Amino acid sequence: MCFGFFVVFRQCQSPELVGFLLLFVVNGMDRVLTDEMVSEIKALFARYPTKQAVTLPALHLVHRELRQVPLEAVVEIAELLELAPAQVQDTLTFYGFFHQGKPHGQTRAWVCRSISCHLRGADNLLEHLCDRAGIQPGQTTEDGKLTVEFAECLGACDFAPCMLAGEKLHPCLTKESIEDFVESLG
Amino acid sequence: MTEFNPVLLAHVEEPESHTLKVYQSHGGYASWQRVLRDETPGGFTEIVKQSGLRGRGGAGFPTGLKWTFLPQDHPGPIYFCLNADESEPGTFNNRILMEQDPHQVLEGLMLSCYATRASTAYIYLRYEYPGCWDHLQLAIDECYAAGLLGTNIQDSGFTLDVYLHRGAAAYICGEETGLIESLEGKRAWPRIKPPFPAVEGVFGKPTVVNNVETAACVKQIADRGVEWFQSIGAAPDPDNPRDAGSYGPKLYCLSGHVERPGCYEAPLGITVNELIEQYGGGVWKGRRAKAVIPGGISMGLLSSEELDCPLDFSGPGKFGCLGLGTAAVVVMDETVSIVDFLHNSCQFFAHESCGQCTPCREGTSWAFKMLERIRRGRGRLHDLDLLLEIGDNIGIMPGTTICGLADGAAWPIKNAIRKFRDEFEDHIKRTNPEGFQETDPVFSLEVLESH
Ligand SMILES: Cc1cc2nc3c(=O)[nH]c(=O)nc-3n(C[C@H](O)[C@H](O)[C@H](O)COP(=O)(O)O)c2cc1C
Ligand code: SF4
Ligand code: FES
Repeated sequence: MCFGFFVVFRQCQSPELVGFLLLFVVNGMDRVLTDEMVSEIKALFARYPTKQAVTLPALHLVHRELRQVPLEAVVEIAELLELAPAQVQDTLTFYGFFHQGKPHGQTRAWVCRSISCHLRGADNLLEHLCDRAGIQPGQTTEDGKLTVEFAECLGACDFAPCMLAGEKLHPCLTKESIEDFVESLG
Repeated sequence: MTEFNPVLLAHVEEPESHTLKVYQSHGGYASWQRVLRDETPGGFTEIVKQSGLRGRGGAGFPTGLKWTFLPQDHPGPIYFCLNADESEPGTFNNRILMEQDPHQVLEGLMLSCYATRASTAYIYLRYEYPGCWDHLQLAIDECYAAGLLGTNIQDSGFTLDVYLHRGAAAYICGEETGLIESLEGKRAWPRIKPPFPAVEGVFGKPTVVNNVETAACVKQIADRGVEWFQSIGAAPDPDNPRDAGSYGPKLYCLSGHVERPGCYEAPLGITVNELIEQYGGGVWKGRRAKAVIPGGISMGLLSSEELDCPLDFSGPGKFGCLGLGTAAVVVMDETVSIVDFLHNSCQFFAHESCGQCTPCREGTSWAFKMLERIRRGRGRLHDLDLLLEIGDNIGIMPGTTICGLADGAAWPIKNAIRKFRDEFEDHIKRTNPEGFQETDPVFSLEVLESH
């Protein structure tokens, strides 16, 4: 069913139809956004002259809580912002940032692969981290503790090679500091 | 030149440098209060125009002049967007300013809003800067509490609200119209210009987009005046009527193979060699530099013979680079393979192209696939000509794309292959002795993708 839906979704050109399909899928399920999330989103309306501008902040809010933005949440956000779900989904999918369908791990580690980090051995460190975690870049460990992803320049080239794990920057990475990091995840 | 005393970075190392208390202990917000009281918006715009300040975000457009492009007597609202998306590989000076001295940035932003009569400002901050987020939010809160922001500030009749807006890890959101689209809640597809943002920007209203470091310079000009600003940096080249000069201090980001990577403040016009030797402690491990990126990866490459290049707005262009860009200098030592460098650069642009224009979307990904093949020992000499064909044909300059990302993708290709062609040819012949002369179409190899 899921795959069938995906095919229809991919081939579908009209935002209204996508919206309808999304509504159809979501119909009858429990709400995903909590009352707190809804009021946090609504509190942002005053900052912008359009509700659509709250799309990214709303997606961030949900992503922070759920570590993904499920389709149901997209529909609920669209409702709040008076948009077609497809508009929200369009924005969401543009940014590789948002996970959908499956949450990322409790810790999401971004290893920088851009030039300054690359010059100081980022490739080997990424490989080492992936080896230690037993996953490929883009994957999450089976226990759900860690997701490892590439990042482009993290704006911390003075600390190359570096990694952003959650909100924490890990500067001047070495194999040892990666060991410590993996161990700190328990 | 070594005598230069930092201004923009003067207080970043102090304890609690991010707080209002410390900021005001250095006279912070005195200019804001004075300008609100004694200057008209037009008057202050004129000061910034006179200073010759040019935007620090990459394009080097004269800041005061940009402000005068706003429609006169517009009923409003006018919006101001502070471009804090800083994502150009090698660049991190905005991070240091926002994290260590957010009030300096805010005061510059507030002055800029006053000059442009903008009553709402959005700071579009890249997602990867959580530390900046916290300190900026704290600084904004402190300003509201102190009556420096909000409605009818200090009884001046001027009202200003500042909001933080968080990006979602996409380089293209740094392009000013990509930023605007993203701020509106849409995918960050840059807009065809004209109309320029000054006429029709965010939410269909006149909008100014400026970089974080530009704002910090505005604050320093308000404090110290036009003469001070023009006493630093490089005057216009008398032989070039189109050179607007390169005045003021600049935050140079130095990274890669140097002993002391970091952000260093120096007068515009310092040479690459001076920066590496006097500030960076030289190339690391006692080695020699082979190539240097002069201003973020988009700007292309300087070879080791070109390191007397002055880092002002017209310097790198004289050496075939795209420009000064963000003045992020990345040093590569003699062990670096230029094939590897170009592979990394092409990977970045293929990943970050927004996909709107076919020449950019396809060109960047073909280039990356070719580099992947070359690096893995399946390259042909013919590929170098194909790469140059891409390099010469994608971008605003050849007129095939909507935004400058494609020019930034093209420049490393053109510079690397034209300045280091022998190395590419040697690599291809050595790693593909059987097939280096083939010219028939070939399949690409699979490449690794995630995030
Ligand atoms: C692909 C691309 C990415 C850009 N990224 C940034 C950025 O991260 N920060 C920035 O200030 N300007 C960036 N710019 C330049 C902006 O479009 C714009 O010129 C600048 O923000 C204007 O500010 P300024 O006049 O103060 O320099 C980028 C431009 C392009 C083409
Ligand atoms: S040039 Fe590239 S990044 Fe810029 S709008 Fe076109 S496709 Fe997007
Ligand atoms: S290149 Fe890795 S942080 Fe900039």
